[in-house]
Amino acid sequence: MNRLAWRRWKSRTMVGLMIAAVVLAVTPLILILGTVIVKGAGSINLDFFLQTPAPAGETGGGVAHAIVGTLMIVGAACLFGLPIGIAAGIYCAEFSTTRLAFGARFVADVLNGTPSIVVGIFAWTLIVDVQKHFSGWAGSASLAMLMIPMVMRTTEEMIKLVPHSLREAALALGYPRWRTGLSVVIRTCLPGIVTGSLLAIARVAGETAPLLFTALGSQFMSRDLGQPMAALPLTVFTYATGPYDDWHRIAWATALVLILIVLMLSLLARLATRRRFDVKL
Amino acid sequence: MAGPESRRVDIAPVSAPLTGRNPGDLLFKSVLTLAAVAVPLLLGFLVYELYLGSELAIDRFGLAFVRTSTWDPVAEEFGAWPLIFGTLLSATIALAIAVPLSLGVAIYLTEFSPNWLRQPVSFVIELLAAIPSVVYGLWGIFVLIPFLRTTVFKFLHAKLGFLPIFSGPVYGNSMLAAGIILAIMVMPYIMSVSREVLLAVPASQREAALGLGATRWEAAWTAVVPYARSGIVGAVILGLGRALGETMAVTMLIGNRHEVAASLLAPGYTMAAVIANEFTEAASDIHYAALTYVALVLFGVTVIVNAGARLLIWRVSRGQVEGGRGV
Repeated sequence: MNRLAWRRWKSRTMVGLMIAAVVLAVTPLILILGTVIVKGAGSINLDFFLQTPAPAGETGGGVAHAIVGTLMIVGAACLFGLPIGIAAGIYCAEFSTTRLAFGARFVADVLNGTPSIVVGIFAWTLIVDVQKHFSGWAGSASLAMLMIPMVMRTTEEMIKLVPHSLREAALALGYPRWRTGLSVVIRTCLPGIVTGSLLAIARVAGETAPLLFTALGSQFMSRDLGQPMAALPLTVFTYATGPYDDWHRIAWATALVLILIVLMLSLLARLATRRRFDVKL
Repeated sequence: MAGPESRRVDIAPVSAPLTGRNPGDLLFKSVLTLAAVAVPLLLGFLVYELYLGSELAIDRFGLAFVRTSTWDPVAEEFGAWPLIFGTLLSATIALAIAVPLSLGVAIYLTEFSPNWLRQPVSFVIELLAAIPSVVYGLWGIFVLIPFLRTTVFKFLHAKLGFLPIFSGPVYGNSMLAAGIILAIMVMPYIMSVSREVLLAVPASQREAALGLGATRWEAAWTAVVPYARSGIVGAVILGLGRALGETMAVTMLIGNRHEVAASLLAPGYTMAAVIANEFTEAASDIHYAALTYVALVLFGVTVIVNAGARLLIWRVSRGQVEGGRGV
């Protein structure tokens, strides 16, 4: 084989290997989604959404308590996480050269990389250890803490995409900075901010680790954030590691519901930004 | 959009004299500043609380905590070495599997793949990043582990069992299983960041290589990849950060045993997993403190790792700006 043929052969082999890598990389997703659907779909019925769990060892029951719990904990987390995250993001974009902006950006990157279980311990020492009981609020606090840096960074990126000419036009018309910011800049990139927020919600909705010793989980319906609360990821964890076959069945079904919620939020997020490209900034 | 706006003629509001500051501006800026200040404050508070929570253990065990291996809540003896070892080893296994795969995918998608394939493949792989970690754990327990135990592990044990790393009984729940699930989980991160870095390589780079007669692979490997090298290293380190802090899936698969085993098929433990398992049931104040100390160490490691990654990625993007000016 001459040198050129060898080089061509090598090039083709490497491309082949890379295609194999693509196939290998996509396989787990198909396998995981497939298993969750196959094993989970059979157990999903109306009772599953409306009932609370049957006593341990018995069959039947549902995860209504966990659905309510997840909605309330994540909802309360949004109450704190979204406004602070978005406002901090706007600050970093509008006053991007101040020392505070650099600092906040760096800290947000550090927080983004912080393991969620460490944030869980923070919420535990801050709230649970002080109040001496587990609560949904503590869970919300840890999720909010995870949301802030994510939302902040995406908001900032989105605002940076707004062309300067828009801002200058508004300022030239005599708008003060705050109105330029709110009704021109923010409004232009609102879909992008919504996308960032939805992605952050999707990510924290699936978080288990920070809830383990904050919201704790519960077998009963609770609508009081001041008490221990169930959440879908916690239910998956408890039931998957439990000893009963019926628990495993419920774990799969709960995982399916959780995945559907998370994927739907992610898809919604993508749709929101797609509109942004239609507007043609 | 017909709304309240369409009724009102939107003229510029009468603003304060140009010399003074608009009170609205002042309010706007102070509200935003407050939010921006909150972020570093939160981090400071987090570090402070972690330190406060682990003070008892820091006083008692000092830095020897990271070297000793006893973990005995009853005798109140705590040492984190097996946890640190497990965290590092499982992350290393994950990277050993995930890095070649995700680089292969990233290079293929940016340099070789037909256009119609790019969007769908990267979309699918990014979906992998959206799946909650507890679902990976569930899948790992009931699908991956039974599969590995009866095929891959059995084979490794039978054929390569003479090597210390594949010796000992095959349980299923093991360091290697945790490493494999971690590899699946960090792959999307490494893939999408290195894809972005590769996309940022100027076309002239590969055109020059192709123009000199390089094959497409040679152009990609000798001209494009080296240009993006530090960005790719940054992507890998970001993946490492993820792998170090990942909790649920690892807790469910690693076997949770406080010991440093030579065999990859033996159970182990990680820092995040021990916190997840023991924190709610901690027996004493010193046990809580020891677990918080573990969290502090874990936090420190991830901060160093992530700061390194950011620095590298930042250097690449800065390098591009300078390169662009030079051309």
